Amino acid sequence: MTATIPTALDSLGRLESEGIHIMREVAGEFDRPVILFSGGKDSTLLLHLAVKAFWPAPVPFPLLHVDTGHNFDEVIEFRDRVVERYGLRLVVAKVQDWIDDGRLTERPDGTRNPLQTVPLLDTITANRFDAVFGGGRRDEERARAKERIFSLRNAFGQWEPRRQRPELWNLYNGRHRPGEHVRVFPLSNWTELDVWRYIAREGIELPSIYYAHEREVYLRDGMWLAEGPWGGPRDGETLVRKTVRYRTVGDGSCTGAVESTATTLDEVIAEVGASRLTERGATRADDRLSEAAMEDRKREGYF
Amino acid sequence: MSDLLRLATAGSVDDGKSTLVGRLLYDTKSVLADQLDAVHRASVDKGLSTPDLSLLVDGLRSEREQGITIDVAYRYFATDKRTFVLADTPGHVQYTRNTVTGASTAELAVLLVDARKGVVEQTKRHAAVLALLGVPRLVLAVNKIDLVSYDEGTFEVIAKEFANHATTLGYPLGAVLAIPVSALVGDNVVERSANTPWYVGPTLLEHLETVPVEPDPHEAPFRFPVQYVIRPRTAEHLDYRGYAGQVNAGTVRPGDEVVVLPAGVRTTVTRVDTPDGELSEAVAGRSVTLLLADDIDISRGDVIASAAAPPELTDELSATLAWLADKPLRAGARVLVKSGARTVQAVVTELRTRFDEQKLATHDSPESLTLNEIGQVSLRMAEPLPVDRYTSHGRTGAFLVIDPADGTTLAAGLVGAPLPLLDKD
Repeated sequence: MTATIPTALDSLGRLESEGIHIMREVAGEFDRPVILFSGGKDSTLLLHLAVKAFWPAPVPFPLLHVDTGHNFDEVIEFRDRVVERYGLRLVVAKVQDWIDDGRLTERPDGTRNPLQTVPLLDTITANRFDAVFGGGRRDEERARAKERIFSLRNAFGQWEPRRQRPELWNLYNGRHRPGEHVRVFPLSNWTELDVWRYIAREGIELPSIYYAHEREVYLRDGMWLAEGPWGGPRDGETLVRKTVRYRTVGDGSCTGAVESTATTLDEVIAEVGASRLTERGATRADDRLSEAAMEDRKREGYF
Repeated sequence: MSDLLRLATAGSVDDGKSTLVGRLLYDTKSVLADQLDAVHRASVDKGLSTPDLSLLVDGLRSEREQGITIDVAYRYFATDKRTFVLADTPGHVQYTRNTVTGASTAELAVLLVDARKGVVEQTKRHAAVLALLGVPRLVLAVNKIDLVSYDEGTFEVIAKEFANHATTLGYPLGAVLAIPVSALVGDNVVERSANTPWYVGPTLLEHLETVPVEPDPHEAPFRFPVQYVIRPRTAEHLDYRGYAGQVNAGTVRPGDEVVVLPAGVRTTVTRVDTPDGELSEAVAGRSVTLLLADDIDISRGDVIASAAAPPELTDELSATLAWLADKPLRAGARVLVKSGARTVQAVVTELRTRFDEQKLATHDSPESLTLNEIGQVSLRMAEPLPVDRYTSHGRTGAFLVIDPADGTTLAAGLVGAPLPLLDKD
């Protein structure tokens, strides 16, 4: 066993060690951390790092899923299976509950991604979570490229880019005042390709929709959307059967599939390496709303 | 050769840093089609005839509006030879603290100057910060060389002035390279320029791909701050008691004699554990869990170190600070010091010198240290800390100074006097 693990750290090994270091700092300095977990590839990787960071002890954090109600069945099934495998506590904040009691109003376009912020902040407050792990990566989007690994949020969950703390060496400052919390991004320095290579190396299971499969989809704004509880094709849009896979997993109403025949990890890695589009550009309608769509949502308290 | 280079860019406002970074990404084909479309659209909207590559990195609304960089943007790109993590840092004096953030983990810094202006105040400020933090290699990118008609003489004057400055700050000659570039046109960034036949050195990218990266000093004595104690208390692992952390310096192997500080108790490492199996050796940077021969009271914040060459245990610290807060530091200030995984209360008992990064001189007993100033101080701490000199150890010689009232990070702290011009203590 001993001889099979190389002594020197390669770049994936460096990223893994950095992520584990960050998770242990949070466990040591905060009272009530929580991991945002959607069942997507980034949060699944995050949980994998948490398992490794505290092994052979159990992960000392619960999970939080902000559920838009616009889910892919395969992802929810995967989420529940993972939670059971590791014996973790899962807190689910359902956007539908907030709509039902009038705290939120459905948007005219039917998309619920932007509606996640209020349930997230309410749940953080109600559970007094003081550190919230997210799977965000700096390579995803240029507002995220400006994010610190420890990102202080005020009592309203807001990100204030001008007031970010200096972040020096591997020393993280988690001090915060009552009511404030810290968002923590252990995957900050990973790229999409790193994530896939690491998933392959570690043999991490993912929801099946990340691999090519046949699905009924329709074209809207240049993206292949699937039919679901969130709606389906409008006039002039028609359902067609395509071989697709998902590069990101989010709210079903605004997450597009990409045409792909990649059914294995190696094929996915080859496809991601050759892609001429970013994963959000290819698959997320919500980032196309404006030039600063992500920054505006982050300022309001989004992930 | 290492497959990864961490670099930072620095320079003053309007030197064209974001354009240079945009050019590096663009010419290495690291920009994807949708990002490029967005830049083309925004450039047309602004009435520009060519794409404004700085829009690739200036990610905040106010940055695009003002055309300046406010905060560090991290970019990831790769060529056939290397993977790069690039921190594009702001040039504005007000945001120098963000430059410190980007530079603290950099193995190389690209410092930009405008060929028409040469070395300016902000260049010297950044060079001092980079030298203080120990960024081992510098590139001086003499940008906008097209705007001085590709004049060799202008380039030589700037390169020589900067080389002298860097030498005084302690950089050996081979550690600094000046390159004439035009980020806007692309001269000598990725492609060699026909406009500078007198320049025979590498292009910026060629240099970044081939510059040797200092390996982590394996021969340094072992340092391991304990972050977390792992006690599963499960049937399978009833007696497991492991100390989790990241190797900060040196290496550790089973059988190594270590000392646990601040208690000063000696013991032996029995196992270097990971979920993937035991290791025969863990090098600096690796996160592991150590198991020890003796049952000792160890908790978060303790340091496990080489018994043969342990760090100094002290409650009086002589250190250099890069002050990053708007409110000035005065003697008598009560602060928190975070070193490794330990945070202790401290008092700044004395401001000994202030470093004048323009004239490269020190002034004794300053009244205060203000935003962006570097100075030497004495600290008295509530409990003794195990520390090393920053110049010999980096990570265990580095600490944060934190405001106990609101948690703000006030300063980057470095044990000892990491610049040759500072007073020896």
